[in-house]
This record gives sequence, structure tokens and C-alpha cells, in this order.
Amino acid sequence: MTAAAPSPVAPVQDESLLRAALKGLVVPLCGVAFAFGVWSLEGRVLDAYDTVTAMNIGVAMMLAVSLNIVNGMTGQFSIGHAGFMALGGYTSGMVTYYGSLLLWGTAARQGGPFGAGEWLFAASCVAGGLVSACAGYVVGLPSLRLRGDYLAIVTLGFGEILRVLLQQTNRVIGSREGLAEAKWRELIPPPVGGAVGFNGLPKYTNLFWVGLFLSLTVIFAVRLKRSAIGRSMIAIREDEIASYSVGVNVTRVKVRSFVIAAFLAGVAGGLYAHRIGVNIEPRDAGFQRSFEYIIMTVLGGKGSVTGSMIAASILTYLPEWLRDFDRYRMIIYASLLIAMMLLRPQGLLGSREIWDFLPWFRKRRGTAR
Amino acid sequence: MPHRFVSLTLCVAVASAALSSGCRKSGDASGDIAIGHYASMTGPEATFGQSTDNGVRLALEEYNAAASVGGNRFRLITYDDKGEAAEAGVVVTRLVTRDKVTAVIGEVASGLSLAGADVCQQNGVPMVTPSSTNVDVTKKGDMIFRVCFIDPFQGYVCAKFAREHEPLKAQKAAVLFDQRAPYSVDLAKEFARHFETLGGTVVARQSFTGGDQDFSAQLTSIRSSSPDIVFVPGYYTDVGNIAVQARNLGIKVPLMGGDGWDSEKLTEIGGAALEGCFYSNHYSHQDPSPRVQEFITKYRSKFNKTPDGLAALGYDAARILFEAIDRAQSRDGAAIARELAATQGFDGVTGRISIDADRNPVKQAVILEIKGGVPTFVTTIEPER
Repeated sequence: MTAAAPSPVAPVQDESLLRAALKGLVVPLCGVAFAFGVWSLEGRVLDAYDTVTAMNIGVAMMLAVSLNIVNGMTGQFSIGHAGFMALGGYTSGMVTYYGSLLLWGTAARQGGPFGAGEWLFAASCVAGGLVSACAGYVVGLPSLRLRGDYLAIVTLGFGEILRVLLQQTNRVIGSREGLAEAKWRELIPPPVGGAVGFNGLPKYTNLFWVGLFLSLTVIFAVRLKRSAIGRSMIAIREDEIASYSVGVNVTRVKVRSFVIAAFLAGVAGGLYAHRIGVNIEPRDAGFQRSFEYIIMTVLGGKGSVTGSMIAASILTYLPEWLRDFDRYRMIIYASLLIAMMLLRPQGLLGSREIWDFLPWFRKRRGTAR
Repeated sequence: MPHRFVSLTLCVAVASAALSSGCRKSGDASGDIAIGHYASMTGPEATFGQSTDNGVRLALEEYNAAASVGGNRFRLITYDDKGEAAEAGVVVTRLVTRDKVTAVIGEVASGLSLAGADVCQQNGVPMVTPSSTNVDVTKKGDMIFRVCFIDPFQGYVCAKFAREHEPLKAQKAAVLFDQRAPYSVDLAKEFARHFETLGGTVVARQSFTGGDQDFSAQLTSIRSSSPDIVFVPGYYTDVGNIAVQARNLGIKVPLMGGDGWDSEKLTEIGGAALEGCFYSNHYSHQDPSPRVQEFITKYRSKFNKTPDGLAALGYDAARILFEAIDRAQSRDGAAIARELAATQGFDGVTGRISIDADRNPVKQAVILEIKGGVPTFVTTIEPER
């Protein structure tokens, strides 16, 4: 662009820098607007049940999109995604619960919308993501030596080990005085409730925070897919040896994909743990839950961000919609899954995105996919 | 192409069935009072949910049949939560805000009750849990009640029985508990406290880790302290193994435990080693009282099964709730909660139930003795006053 412009070089560069910065902000701002939009629906268009379902869909979308970075884009088979989610959820729960106890002397909700409590909660989600990312780095390391089924077993082991460890944790400490007087053996292992689950977290999650973190996750995933790292990931998925031979740092890219996916899953876990009607428990780290997210990514399509979002919303909404079938619900749910996989074995969108199917978008975006 | 056609037809068929059934449900607008029940109808704890639901349904049928003209009639909406806490929160939200139920019954597992209790408390809808024994559940707020005894109470029951009941009259007790399970730790602590208050001495305190296979170190130490009774408040798999190893090491005194022993698997694992051992439970189908026998006859004729403890607790939970709603003369949550809190001397299958200030019941427990491989009713122990 700059080289082709006839005017003097320097001002154009300035202008384009500013414009680039502004253009870069437009999309995240759209995300914030989206968050405010869905939040405004809460209580007006959506009743409490719809809201809970919508929050579930949002969290499931975040988990499916993040898992898709490892399973879909990089082609590494991970069955431990729920482990990252639970780790993030427990970490952020510890931050808000014990943070509230220390700051305000009570674990109850503090402040209204955008009050002090909500900011602590938002920060705790990010903290949960960071702790998860560290775990993701550790789990990512064996992926250098292992592939396919063997890697799957390692990640499966991560989730299951975490589940058992969480069952061995201490009971939750109820008050600030209790926390001050607690002995070391009550604090290590961390007091997060053992097998009963981490009970008593302040319930901060609402559609605004889900909308915000979801849109940031999606923007990040779409941009990642188009970036150099994303393209290296896809190259590794298609042929590891070929991409290695043309200079892709396979090791680094694989570990990065694990770290990124774990971070996003950890943030989603924070949102999950603070939702009303959730009592985060060790079982949430188990492989059954991981499989739910794997099904979403498989059904959505390999590496398709929008595809896994569509699949996540269908698979979260469907069991709720089938409630009237009572106990036959899960049988119908499973047969619908089989039917969908028969109809579209490559996943709903294959490896493409939703806009690749819309002619207007396709023209605008040129050859990008 | 043909397989596409088949699966497409399947999709359409299922979708249309779902739509039509959805319409039918929402069309139901009778004057009956809606009661919600959330339970694990599927999943690893499916029998818990199904038994409880049977108990609730039996109570409902009886109540509606006996209701006078103009009296309250009830209808039940049961939702499956698959035994998952996250799902429990969603279905309770649906019951409370979409189906607008007057009150909620559920769950068995304490973790799930804790999740549902948040929603009920926030929306001011009374909730009665039939069988969550964890202390924290009713601490959620003034809308949350239960009809089963809480964990610490069993410690008292076992201590009292061991100390005062005729064939035992234990002077010295040994305690062997699962250090990982809060249930077991609490029970061991409460037992030791009450046993000493009642004039006995605890001569040995040993712990194990749930799932251990070898208990000989702990048992040898217990043997050397020569107790009159060994209190093992664990779950049935560990208890079975402990019993076998204790007998092999020559410990002849009876073992005793709580409702964690209540499983058919217990005697399968422990076999003859458990002869003459005792445990406390919510109810026994051998209890000769007419109230219990009447319930069992009705339950058998309807479901063709012998009711377990969960069914009995579900039955009691539903009946206490129905009576409270009748007394409240209103569908207002706070009014019903007030009447639930005022429940005194309710004659239930699982004992005479009075609700205390913490919304927990004051009620009896039964003691069972294993005779010929079958848990046999020995006595009931009343709560301390």
C-alpha cells in the first residue's frame, strides 16, 4: 500500500498506523457491544431459565473453540480439556472466595453491576486462565514425543489425576477468623471442598461477562487461524514432517497451541464456577466432560471456529429442548448425534467458516479461508 | 444417498415428536399445585433418583386420592439431572422460573442439593431434600429443609447404642476412619466425643485411606488395645475388606458403622466376617411398626419392589411438604417455609420428624445387625433432648 502511494512516505505511514490501530480496535469494541447487547436481553427477553441456558451455551462455545485450537487446528488429540476448565474454575473460585473473605470478611456478592466484586471476578477468571496455561505448558511438553493415541492417553491422565487430586482437598473454610486460625494442614492441600465440590462461591457470572469473554475468545481464535502461527498449526495438522522440513518449529507451535487452549479453557472455567446453580466439583475435571467438548469440535468441523460454535450451541440446547422426553432424552440425543455425523461426516462446516458459505462475505474476503 | 435419506427422516421424525410433546406439556393448566422434583433418573446414581421418585409419586397419589373436594391437589414434574451438579442447577432454574412450581423436592447427593439450593433460596421457593446428609445444605438459607438426619447425629446414635445397649455395654472403643472422606472423619469425631461423654473410653484412633487394600498395621494396633467394639465409619467396600482382615488377625469384637455400610455389596465382600456387626441407618423394612409395614405393602403393590431407604425418605419428604402447603393455605414460598419450619411430631416412615431451628429434622435412627448375611432390625434410637 505505502509503496504504491504517490504522496510523501512519512505522513501516510503515520496515518496508516493510526488507522491500523483504530481498525484493530473496531472488532474488539464490537465484542464489547455484543456483550452489552446480550446482557440487556437478560430479564427482558430471556427469563432466568433461558439466561442459564444461554450462559451454558456461551461457556460451551468458549470451551469448544479453545479445544478446536488443539484438536482441530493443530491436529493433536487432547482428551483432557475439562481438566483445564476445572483447574481454571477452582483457581478463580479460590481467588474470589478467599479474596472476598480477606477483603470484605464475607464471601457474599459485593457491589452491583461493575462493582468491586465483579472486577475481582473478572480478574479471577484471567488468573484461572493463567494457571491453566501453566498446566497446558506441562501437558504440552509430552506432545513433542508422543502423537495420536499416546498423546490422548497422556491428556486423559491429566484430567483424571486432577479429578482425584481435587477429591483429596480440604474442606472449605467458612469465615475470615477461620482462615486466620487455620493450620497448615487445613490449607495444604487447598481448602476447596473435596468430593462435595467447592461450595459457597459468590455467583457473579452473568450474560455480560460471558458475552465479553466469549467474543474476545472468538476474535482471538479467528485471528489466530489467519496468523502465521495459526497457519503453522494447520500445516502441522496436515503433515508434520513436511511442515518441519519447510522450517516450521513444530515443538514450539504444538506447545503454544496447548498453552493457548488451556488459557481460554481456564477463563471459561472461571465463568462456569461462578454461575448460579453450579457447585463446581471434582467430577467436572473428568473425561466424560472432556468428551462433550470433543464431540462439539468433531461435529463442528476440524479447525472451524464458527463450526464449533454452532455445534456447541446445538449440543447444549438440544438436551434442554428434549427435556419432555424424560429419561429417553439421552437416547434421542445420541441418535441425533449419529444422524448428524452420517449426514456430514466432515463436521457441520468442514474446515471452513460460516462466512465461506455466504457469497457476499466470500467476495469481500477474497481468498482467505 | 439412501443413508442420508434415512437419517434425515429420523431427524424430522424426532424433531416433530419433540415439538408435539412440548406443546402438550405447556397446555396443561389445571388448578393443581405443581411440585418439582430433580433427581438422577439416569447416570451412575440412577437407582437413587428412581427410588426417591417412586417414593414421591406414591405419596402424591395417596394424597390426591384422599384430598377432599376443594382440597389441594398436587401434580409432580420430575426432571433428570444425570447426577451432575451443573445440570441440577439448570433444571431447578427451569422448575422454579419456567414451570413456576410451588416447592421443590431433591436431591440425594449433597453436591447436587447444594447447587439446587442456591437457586431455590434466591427465588424464594421452598426446597426439601430427602436424603442429603451434608451439614452445609440447609445452611444455604431459610428456604432449604431436609428430612434425613445429618452426619454428626449418627455418631451420637452409634455411641449411645454401643455404650448402653444390652449385649454390648462397651467400655472401650477403637475408631478406624477414612481420613479422606469428610463423612467418615466427622462421624469418627462425633462418635468419640459422645462415647466419652457417655462414660466410655476411646482406646485407639487409627485412620486409613479409602481404597486401601491392606489394613493389618492399623488392625494390629487396635488389637493390642483390646477394645470392646471397633467403630468403622467408612463406605461398604472398605468396610468389607477391613472386616475380613480383622477376623483373620483375631479381632473378635463386633464392628460398627454408619449408613455408608448400607449396600448389598457389603455382605458380598465381607461375608461371614460381618456376622454380629451393627450399623445405623435411616429406616429398616423389617421395622415392625404399622406405619412402616403399611408403606411397604403399598409400595410393593405399586412398584413390585421392596422400598429402600431412599424411597422411604422421598415419601416422607413429599408428605411433609404436602401437609405444610395444606396448613399454609397459600402458594407463597415464605408462608410454606414457615409451616415447614413448624413441623412437629410428623409420623413418617423413617420416624417421628420434628424440624429444628436449623431446618434439620430431629428424628430417630435405626440400628441393624447383620445376621446370616442379612441386615436385621435391632432397635431404634431416639435423638437426645
